[in-house]
Parts: sequence; C-alpha cells; structure tokens
Amino acid sequence: MYYYEKKLQYPVRVSTCNPMLAKFLIEQYGGADGELAAALRYMNQRYTIPDKVIGVLNDIATEEFSHLEMIATMVYKLTKDASPEQMKAAGLGDHYANHDRALFYHDASGVPWTAAYIQAKGDPIADLYEDIAAEEKARATYQWLIDMSDDPDLNDALKFLREREIVHSLRFREAVEIIKDDRNTKKIFKLG
Amino acid sequence: MSDANIGKEDYMHSQFKYWKPYVSPFDPCKPILVKSYSTPPQLYMNFQPIGLAQFQSPIQALKHGTLWPQLYSPYPDPHKGVKPK
Repeated sequence: MYYYEKKLQYPVRVSTCNPMLAKFLIEQYGGADGELAAALRYMNQRYTIPDKVIGVLNDIATEEFSHLEMIATMVYKLTKDASPEQMKAAGLGDHYANHDRALFYHDASGVPWTAAYIQAKGDPIADLYEDIAAEEKARATYQWLIDMSDDPDLNDALKFLREREIVHSLRFREAVEIIKDDRNTKKIFKLG
Repeated sequence: MSDANIGKEDYMHSQFKYWKPYVSPFDPCKPILVKSYSTPPQLYMNFQPIGLAQFQSPIQALKHGTLWPQLYSPYPDPHKGVKPK
C-alpha cells in the first residue's frame, strides 16, 4: 500500500523556455534506462530476491517513481505553453502529431516503452547485477543531459538525480555483498 | 435555420469547453492561461435521428463540410483558447 505525498522529492525549477530540452529529457521518462523501467524492474524483482535485500529493492523502486514525477514535471513545464509551431521548431513535431502536448512513455527518438527493456531472471546475482548496470546507465544518461542543457536551475535537479543513481548503484553493490557473504556461519580454520 | 447561426455556441451545447490550468510563478515559458478541448455535436447525439434536417443547398453543405447543420463543428477552436464572452 502507498501513501501519496503531494510534493516532489526535490524541487524542479526550469528557468529558460527551451522546449527542445523536453525532447531529450523524455529519454529518462520512457527510455530503456529511464525511471519507469527502473521503478518497474525493482518493484517486480523484489518478490523473488532473498529476504535480506527485499527492502533495498522496494525502497529504491519507490524512489524511482519519485524521480519519474520530477522528470514529468520538467517535460510538462517545458511543453505546456508551446504552440504547435514551437513544438515543431523544437523537434517535437512527431510527438505533437501523436500526443499533442501530452506526456508519453517513449524515449528521445519516440520509441515507445516496452517491458522488453527489463528482466527478472530469478537468479539474485543476475538480477542485482542488472540493477547495478541500470543505475550506471541512468547515471550516464543524466550526465549527457546535463552536457546538453544550459539551464542552471534544471541542471541543479538533474545533478540531484545523477547523484541518487550513484547512491542506488552503491546500495545494490552492498546488497550483492550481503547475499554472497557467509554471515552467521562459523568458520574453523585449522592450523598445522 | 439561418446560415448565420450555424456553429454559433448559443444553440444547444457549447462546441468547446474551457479550463484554467495551474500557472506557476516560475513557469519558464509564457503561460497559456485558458486551455480548451473539443466537445463536438455528435457527442450529445446518441444515434443520428432519422430525417435529420439537411442544409438547404449543396453549396452550403460543401462550405460546412457536412450535410447536417446539427453536426457542424467549427474545428479547430475559433477562439484559440480564449473563452468567448
């Protein structure tokens, strides 16, 4: 069960009217390494992961949904007041033809989101390694977005998100350490 | 029905609905204060009645893009998101 708090995890400010950034930001919304893929992947893998690390997956999945909201807010702010002509000029003509100004789960090239982006192998090591890779890919994507954006306020929120991906990657690595470790077992080393 | 009244929003239902979306003091672009969506006449017509009145002349019908005055909709929004007085 969830409780909804009607505020963003971290404030999103956009100071320059540059709808073209929305076209790039949507990669983190409905792209292969985006927040939707991350949230759904962890939220699903948690059922069959060892008890010791269920909480890690559950908490990170929940936070990814908060990140999804932040990305949605950025995209919405950048496109909600654009005319069809401005959308076309920003490279969003393809999007406008199909969605008007509505948001949709697709990547920067307009490829719709698919469950084929994610996996649940059932093998805890395989699943956690996929999760670590996903966080690193998301971290890289945020870097490329920051590289292309010259909006300092937008970059502030993007840098927060990039940092969270790093933290998540570390937490997943920690989860691997927890489940591979021989904790609570007595090891006897005989000498001579 | 006189041609002048066709598509006017004072008969039957309004062809467009308007709402004022939230406008933030920090919006990056010049905000659109009023947004609209289309509610065309067929939305209120469950089934096309038999013998529905047609336009007087073919020219009139051609000009409106439909045979029936009651199904005429001035698409796109002629007020462009500005609520008519």
